[in-house]
Amino acid sequence: MTPAISVTGLTRHYRGQLALDDVTLDLEPESITGLLGRNGAGKTTLLRILAGHEFASAGTVTLLGASPVENETVLRQMVFVREDQSYPDLKVRRVVQVASWFYPNWSHELADELLEEFDLPLNRKVRKLSRGMRSALGIVIGLAARAEVTLFDEPYAGLDPASRQVFYDRLLADYAEHPRTVLLSTHLIDEAAGLFERVVVIDRGRIVFNTAADDLRGAATSVSGPAIAVAEFTAGRPVWNRRRIASQESAVVAGALNETDRARAAALHLRLEPLTLQEVVVQVAGAPAASQQERTSA
Amino acid sequence: MRDMAGLAEGAPLFVQIAERLADEIADGGLVEGEQVPSTNELAAYYRINPATAAKGIAMLTDDGLLEKRRGIGMFVAAGARARLLAERRKRFAERYVEPLVAEASRLGIDADELIALIREGSTKL
Repeated sequence: MTPAISVTGLTRHYRGQLALDDVTLDLEPESITGLLGRNGAGKTTLLRILAGHEFASAGTVTLLGASPVENETVLRQMVFVREDQSYPDLKVRRVVQVASWFYPNWSHELADELLEEFDLPLNRKVRKLSRGMRSALGIVIGLAARAEVTLFDEPYAGLDPASRQVFYDRLLADYAEHPRTVLLSTHLIDEAAGLFERVVVIDRGRIVFNTAADDLRGAATSVSGPAIAVAEFTAGRPVWNRRRIASQESAVVAGALNETDRARAAALHLRLEPLTLQEVVVQVAGAPAASQQERTSA
Repeated sequence: MRDMAGLAEGAPLFVQIAERLADEIADGGLVEGEQVPSTNELAAYYRINPATAAKGIAMLTDDGLLEKRRGIGMFVAAGARARLLAERRKRFAERYVEPLVAEASRLGIDADELIALIREGSTKL
């Protein structure tokens, strides 16, 4: 199958700063991928280049087999919803209407349902909307466009948890009926994790993981209990993180544990807690540079 | 954390979907020959990606616990419940008796005392 999104050797500098460093990535059509990483890791730069809003310093990008740069055929099959998106200062009704002219797969029905569910004032000018309402408007357009390639960059600034739930549920429901390629960058990993079939984790402009989301769940285990027992159990295993208080220690051990490991932990009176997807991502892409180095060499 | 109808974030979701369905079959909530929920229904209920739900179903299909009827959907295979129960009996000692004995010995409860406690417990059921 031709990938919906294909990126090869993509590099982007800003005045000597390396925002993306030799990124290579293929995303299959009809999948939802989470784009995860810390602030400044390169998520937004990657999405902007995919959307044709920004140019690569080196490397190639194709969407649906063609370059997105100034390519109207591709751009009509691609929707990009940014954090704090700005719109021309028109009434909400008009913004939605203009968007509907642009996207060939636009669903008026879905747009109307979403506008109602988010309780958006149709006759209010965009400038007068709250931040959360502007985010909701972006989500309405991003979903109703039913674009083959749908890019969301932290699309919910100012949205309350109930509205974010509407977004996740509506995305899943509409995706089930009309599958497309969705790439969603987010910091709210715990909330959004269930949506993802795959996750791409970026750290300092490089891809550190591109894998099935389920592969990261439980990919590391927190082991805690008496420090002596923890030391015995973790000897010879890759340890990502250790914390200690009095005679107690908690360590994060990389890799899945088998039945023998579990029995041994039980015999040592240790508590085992598998890490969630969010916790694994924080471990692999959340550490400051110094401890990251330590981890790699461990 | 989002409400995913009790799915845990610390283990692969597709495995948990397979386990939930297997539990339902073992408990008789889904009987042999009955149609199981579709991938999209499972995805909407658990709030997960449909591909993840499909992978859970595929796991049970590979085990022969579910069977596909072309153009209709997935159904519980004949003999599925008996097979699941047999497997669980096999794993009963490892999953329940071993931890029980281990904890009892930590607390200084000997085998006779443990047996007495089990007898007492089972009269309450």
